[in-house]
Amino acid sequence: MKESREEGRRPALLEVQGLSTHYVTARGTRVTRAVDDVSFTLRDGETLGIVGESGSGKSTLALSLLRLLPRAARTVAGSVRFEGEDLLAKSETEMRHIRGKRIAMILQDPMASLNPLFTVGDQIAEPVRVHDGVSRRGAWDRARALLAAVRISAPNTRVRNYPHELSGGMRQRIVGAIAISCGPRLLIADEPTTSLDVTIQAQYLALLRELQRAQRLALIFITHNLGIVARMCDSVAVMYAGRIVEAGPVREIFNAPKHPYTRALIESIPRLADSNGRLTAIDGQPPDPAALPGGCAFHPRCPVRLDKCATERPRDSTVGAGHRTACWLVG
Amino acid sequence: MTPLLEVRNLVKHFPMRRGLFGGPQKAVRAVDDVSFVIEPGATLGVVGESGCGKTTTAKLVLLLERPTGGEIRFDGVSLAELDADGLRRYRHSVQAVFQDPYASLNPRMRVSSIVTEPLVTNERLAAADVAARMRRALDLVGLPARAADLFPHEFSGGQRQRIAIARALTLSPRLIVLDEPVSALDVSIRAQILNLLRDLQRDLGLAYLFIAHDLAAVAHMSHTIAVMYLGRVVESGAARMVATQPRHPYTKALFAAALPSHPDDTREEIVLSGDVPSPLDPPSGCRFHTRCPQVMPRCSTDEPKLLAVDGRDVACHLYDSAAVAR
Repeated sequence: MKESREEGRRPALLEVQGLSTHYVTARGTRVTRAVDDVSFTLRDGETLGIVGESGSGKSTLALSLLRLLPRAARTVAGSVRFEGEDLLAKSETEMRHIRGKRIAMILQDPMASLNPLFTVGDQIAEPVRVHDGVSRRGAWDRARALLAAVRISAPNTRVRNYPHELSGGMRQRIVGAIAISCGPRLLIADEPTTSLDVTIQAQYLALLRELQRAQRLALIFITHNLGIVARMCDSVAVMYAGRIVEAGPVREIFNAPKHPYTRALIESIPRLADSNGRLTAIDGQPPDPAALPGGCAFHPRCPVRLDKCATERPRDSTVGAGHRTACWLVG
Repeated sequence: MTPLLEVRNLVKHFPMRRGLFGGPQKAVRAVDDVSFVIEPGATLGVVGESGCGKTTTAKLVLLLERPTGGEIRFDGVSLAELDADGLRRYRHSVQAVFQDPYASLNPRMRVSSIVTEPLVTNERLAAADVAARMRRALDLVGLPARAADLFPHEFSGGQRQRIAIARALTLSPRLIVLDEPVSALDVSIRAQILNLLRDLQRDLGLAYLFIAHDLAAVAHMSHTIAVMYLGRVVESGAARMVATQPRHPYTKALFAAALPSHPDDTREEIVLSGDVPSPLDPPSGCRFHTRCPQVMPRCSTDEPKLLAVDGRDVACHLYDSAAVAR
């Protein structure tokens, strides 16, 4: 396989070790472990999918990487090494030079990411002027080129449009243009296509892949949708209750999932070709992150739990090349 | 067999306010000449992108909007012929479950009141009968009897959707309109609700009008599928046939764009250019011709009719010679 052959010589672009982010109430009485001891690495040009349901901590994880956490949240342990430097040790000023320049982010709702009072040209030109010190005219030229790169027709007129004059798909492409405007090495996309229609989603995913190839971007997809992972990603990390319960190359995870949660998740998606038979449903519901069950957090819903699952937390065990899972059945 | 619901040439235009200087009256042609049938105990899935008219179609069936033209027949009788009493019976027989169970349940009512409200307002029943019907409805959707005394906020999204389904069941309907019933739910919960809906259909003989943008879920749930584009049905037929061997270029592109369920599931990718045009001013001829990868000169002038092709109905000039006039 391509990934494993190149693994040895390509240096890691992003290396996250034991990252934990907690939300603490104002009086410090209640602690929610939103992200708990998460580790993964990402190489240049690689695409990682982080899958999880609401409350699994996937968005908090993304915000922790960029140090954009809300005030109640705090990263309490771990390290985030990007191009060899520890992001958690950087000052706020240094972080500002990294965000948007070397690491960019795309959020779910493009209308909330764009400023309704400025033209799209201004908004694409802004990071170019701030980060690269380009003149206003030069930045606008770059904005037109970027609009063409994200496949917006008539970029010379669109550049003067306001966000409300554009469709949802075009707005999300504008956000994409802003994200790649300063040539980042890493792009974090948090549910980038959930607000888009099916054919527009396909357009956008195709565009992201094209941009990724052209610029050798590394991509992190934060999503609840395994279909996006199947289409876009090289590797996947499955999150449940703040922890990565299984991670590995995407084909291996889909062909031979080792964790019962991953297996159930894959079996619960309806398939286009088969309209008969019941879906495999997972009993119960995702736990409240403020009141997690002891031991393995999945044990109350697990169809194959053992006695010790309720009391002891399983450790990561390697089950294949780059494939690990935290489950007592394999550990 | 008489179809349970038959919709013929249904039209709904929303007129726009005229500007300062008048000008021609414009209208959003949300639903434009749509016909379909739903058999008793069967599911019709309606798919299409935003603005295709699927939700307006649902509202017309629920009598939440008055049609501009066309006819809806229920059990062989046109709704236009029904008196007030008949319409009330129709409203009993057709219930709805909506997308967001956080918005569709009154937060200040207990589950017992939410579930029995349709009974109390529509039928004169003794309190004991109401309580018995409520217990049965809760039991059918897999909620414990003690749920009756709780408020909606004490439930998770999946359980709330069960409450909404229980409410829809209390009047013993024959058709339930499901407008995106699982898209607000977590992935691990969706399968629970889809399985529940299929069990209820089997046990109670319910028919569904299932609207969703998740194509795989629609293919899984439906017996027949109607594909809509800008207010029109472009293809309809048996679910599996439409989903796996589509004929209309739009249906092909739509199902090709559906996300795979496995990384090796690489279908031919058909990436459509551009956005869906405005329903205020739909393209002439075939409404899809501005985005169609197989467009021909006549597509921009002649509107294709829905004709029988390969065992399903397709509205596309590519199949003019193969089509059998209906």
